[in-house]
Amino acid sequence: MLGSVWLLVAIPLVSAAILLLLGRRADRWGHWLGVGAIGAAFVLGLTYFFQLRGLENKQVQLSLWQFITAGDLKVDFGLLFDPLAAVFVLLITGVGFLIHLYAVEYMAHDEGRRRFFGYFNLFVAAMLLLVLGNNYVMLYFGWEGVGLASYLLISFWYGRPSAATAGKKAFLMNRVGDAGLAIGIFVLFAQLGSTQYEDVFNGVGALSQTTVLLLGLLLLLGAAGKSGQFPLQAWLPDAMEGPTPVSALIHAATMVTAGVYLIARSNPIFSANTTLQLVVVSVGAITLLMGCLIGAAKDDIKRVLAWSTVSQIGYMFLGVGLGGGAYALAIVHLLAHGFFKANMFLGAGSVMHGMHDQVDIRRFGGLSKYMKVTWLTFMMGWLAIIGMFPFSGFFSKEPIIGAAFEREGWTAWLFGGAALLGAGLTAFYMTRLFVLTFHGPKRWTEDIEHPHESPRLMTIPLILLAIGSVGAGFLLSTSVPDWLTATAGLGGEHVEHEPVLAHWLITTLSLLITVLGAGLAWFLFRDGTATEPHPAGVLVTAARRNLYTDAFNEAVFEKPGIFLTRALVFLDNRGVDGLVNGLAAAVGGGSGRLRRLQTGFVRSYATSILAGALLVVAAFLAVQAGWLA
Amino acid sequence: MTELKLPSLDYAALAPILIMLGAALVGVLVEAFVPRRLRNGVQLALALLAVLAALTMVILNADDRLLTAGQAIAVDGPTLFLQGAILILATMALLLIGERSVERGGAFVAHAAVTAESPEDRRQAEGGGGTTEVYPLATFAIGGMLIFVAANDLLTMFIALEVFSLPLYLLCALARRRRLLSQEAAMKYFLLGAYASAFFLFGVALVYGFTSGIPGRTAGVDFATIHAAVADSSASPTLLYAGMALLAIGLLFKAAAAPFHVWTPDVYQGAPTPVTGFMAACTKVAAFGALLRVFHVAFAGAAWDFTPVLGSVAVLTMLVGAVLAVTQTDIKRLLAYSSIANAGYLLVGVLAPSKDGLSGTMFYLVAYGFSVIAAFAVVTLVRDADGEATHLSRWAGLGRRSPFFAAIFTFILLAFAGIPLTSGFTSKFAIFAPALDANQAWLVIAGVLTSMVLAFPYLRVVVMMWLSEPGDATPTVTVPGALTSAALVIGVLATLVLGVAPAPLLDLATGAAEFVR
Repeated sequence: MLGSVWLLVAIPLVSAAILLLLGRRADRWGHWLGVGAIGAAFVLGLTYFFQLRGLENKQVQLSLWQFITAGDLKVDFGLLFDPLAAVFVLLITGVGFLIHLYAVEYMAHDEGRRRFFGYFNLFVAAMLLLVLGNNYVMLYFGWEGVGLASYLLISFWYGRPSAATAGKKAFLMNRVGDAGLAIGIFVLFAQLGSTQYEDVFNGVGALSQTTVLLLGLLLLLGAAGKSGQFPLQAWLPDAMEGPTPVSALIHAATMVTAGVYLIARSNPIFSANTTLQLVVVSVGAITLLMGCLIGAAKDDIKRVLAWSTVSQIGYMFLGVGLGGGAYALAIVHLLAHGFFKANMFLGAGSVMHGMHDQVDIRRFGGLSKYMKVTWLTFMMGWLAIIGMFPFSGFFSKEPIIGAAFEREGWTAWLFGGAALLGAGLTAFYMTRLFVLTFHGPKRWTEDIEHPHESPRLMTIPLILLAIGSVGAGFLLSTSVPDWLTATAGLGGEHVEHEPVLAHWLITTLSLLITVLGAGLAWFLFRDGTATEPHPAGVLVTAARRNLYTDAFNEAVFEKPGIFLTRALVFLDNRGVDGLVNGLAAAVGGGSGRLRRLQTGFVRSYATSILAGALLVVAAFLAVQAGWLA
Repeated sequence: MTELKLPSLDYAALAPILIMLGAALVGVLVEAFVPRRLRNGVQLALALLAVLAALTMVILNADDRLLTAGQAIAVDGPTLFLQGAILILATMALLLIGERSVERGGAFVAHAAVTAESPEDRRQAEGGGGTTEVYPLATFAIGGMLIFVAANDLLTMFIALEVFSLPLYLLCALARRRRLLSQEAAMKYFLLGAYASAFFLFGVALVYGFTSGIPGRTAGVDFATIHAAVADSSASPTLLYAGMALLAIGLLFKAAAAPFHVWTPDVYQGAPTPVTGFMAACTKVAAFGALLRVFHVAFAGAAWDFTPVLGSVAVLTMLVGAVLAVTQTDIKRLLAYSSIANAGYLLVGVLAPSKDGLSGTMFYLVAYGFSVIAAFAVVTLVRDADGEATHLSRWAGLGRRSPFFAAIFTFILLAFAGIPLTSGFTSKFAIFAPALDANQAWLVIAGVLTSMVLAFPYLRVVVMMWLSEPGDATPTVTVPGALTSAALVIGVLATLVLGVAPAPLLDLATGAAEFVR
């Protein structure tokens, strides 16, 4: 039965193909096919999951066919279903199914709904391939597939210049990361002669430390690109130009966690070099603080959530960077985050649905009376993300903070402190978002009189996800780490360092700082805020401008890039084109002149044959005489 | 009076040739005795049956490696492979020739003196379906080609050359529309063909003189004698080389290599399009089959000294074909120049003196034959009230009018241009790789460069078909009858299959790539 794991990828893929190929003929029922495909994949995924539990060695390798053979390079189209893949499959299909369901209603008035579901299914197929592949090439295949789907969906409303630009931006920044991953895979092949996970993990011990470091950095570059981590974070907030279900599924719950998956999957590589781990932890810490700071200054509800995604994935990177038992903690946080962030994105979508697509939280307020379900479910998500006991975030995030304090020496203070500070900031900006949206005075635009709650098809997924936000953390944190131990290198040996602070103290501190941050935000924003942003201090201005990272990119990459492009275009126009056009003109001119020899008169044809014959005979005789030897 | 000794004949091995020639003779009788109304159907069925029977015999003979008819005919791998190729391609050509629904009465003149579309012409077309003499003529030509690729001495080869050339001259003259152009083309083809035959015959005489000049040997023009004489160092090679040059000229004329290509554009344009397809595919196979045999079997001992000369001819042919194709305005002329350039590529294969070179050349002949007949099949379909619309400007916007046929034609043009996943790519590869192995890099470089030049005229047609707005002058594509459809489907499918999975045919060609001497 587990031999049919490939169905998980095939079902959404076939459905996507049907939706995209049938065109308008599928408009009436296409969305239900899309939902059904993901539902079927989810049911299958559950079945496989329970079967996997029954297995002794907890993994299934499946080699479908030889994908590439070139000289020594042999790549199988092979799948690996193990505990790590299994939890991802459940997350992708489970949350994916709910979001698909939600999108049926959300996209109901959009002409492109069928196309949307086609891309959406394509995304799920690619994402499942990404987590199910048993070698890096399969992973790369899925990696590019989700990149494509993400690009198509961000610029889904391609008529809007901002959406088209955001799609391009995401695509280009991902290319930077993808190039890193691709080169990393080349290095793997060059050094180990294989891209199969097993071979790589068995062979990594034999590599020199420099090679491991280089390899790890390349993989990290790929991971940072896909997961919107520093320094490649700028595309993720812009990706919110896509429809809200896209933001919920791709840019919050699943695709952006692919980087975490990559690092967790490659843990034997990352555990093999301490410098590498330090880099990963630093990237995580920098990003999590950066996301919090910028998130606190933004007014667009989806962008705040996007920056909070960036920040939460920072926590996950911090976790996977810590190594040892923290890999499992990062995965737990990833799964829990999948629920509550999807919940909040869908909630944001529901708010926008009722408010004529308004996204500015300065123009919300007091919505708790009008959108009861959205309000309550969003509240669950809010409590979960800030890590309030006993909601899911508490059980998933707090252990990561604790693990950060277990590092050796001063780095424990540095990274533990950063994680703790991040918790406080998260509480602050998420509370700001929550209060400004649902409480305080109404600051609506004139055209809205009575915001309505969203229809049933949208609220049911919200409720289910809210339940997940409440309970998932506790359930996951007690079961997943054990479950993951069967996956190569995950969970296994827990490197015991005495934390620099006692566990109970860390827990108390993080709860305290959370309450403090949330209380401060509630106090500041309980009476609403101005409908236009005021000029503010240096820090807020910087945060509003994404900490000048866009400006940095523009100055360092875009400007020289544009200059280089112009120079190349000039060279191309004058040099290359000149040469090519010159050659073409020469050929054309020669052709025109030669054509005149084709007079149509037999006598001139015969003459030319005679001349040719004389030449050929003379040449043969010259050969015979040895003149041409 | 000396007793006439009759050579022993292996009838099974000769069967394909005998069947074709016999069918042609029966065809002549059919002309005389079958009522006009039935003639077209009977003739077509007879010709197709004969081709299929001959093909069956070729397949049954597949393992034959022998000389028969007093060493005059060699039945060996290349013979059988090329005979099979000629027969399959000829089937497609016969299907095009037999098409009667695209144009009422077919593409062939009913009576030479009657103007096209006059009431008289129409009456004749309805009565008997055009000239049915084309079938025996084509059958004779096919029979001649079968002998040509099997001939094991120069005189047999010469006879075969004439047997297949004379019917072709006639076939060229039989176009129903643009009749003067057609007759002019036939005239030119005949005069220049006779001229080239003279070169060939003179070459035979010189080679005979060469073999007779060696003391202690019998003179002769069979390949075994020539080969032995070439190996004998006591002979003066001047006669040999002059003779070889003249023989080569005669064969290169048929193969349409520069500077002996001059007839090609005019004849391809003037001949009825199905006949053009027949010539472009089958004549090319026959001519190159003979070239391969002459150089591999008879003159192999001359150690390929002549490679630089023939290589120059190949480069010149590629250049002339590619460069002149750029400014053509008539689709049939464009295809003619493309066919000339392809003769250049084929010469590259001939000049790679290895088994791979031989099999690559044979593969190329088959692959190109399929594509080129399919191309001419499309040309027969693009028509207006005056028949085929061959001027390129008339093809503008065809993609909008008839996307299906424009797509097919685009695919064929891409195959000609050597784009991967088409047979054009695999066949060029099959020829260039052995040439590189034989240290003929200069030929390969010339081949690749001219392919680039040649891509321009192909793509120009593609651009014209798809990116121009159709005008009033854009003709429509006639719905093809069953026969043309069959030929088109075979050609396009073969182009695709040989591009995607060339291995079976390449293996077959490699297995066949050994001459008997």
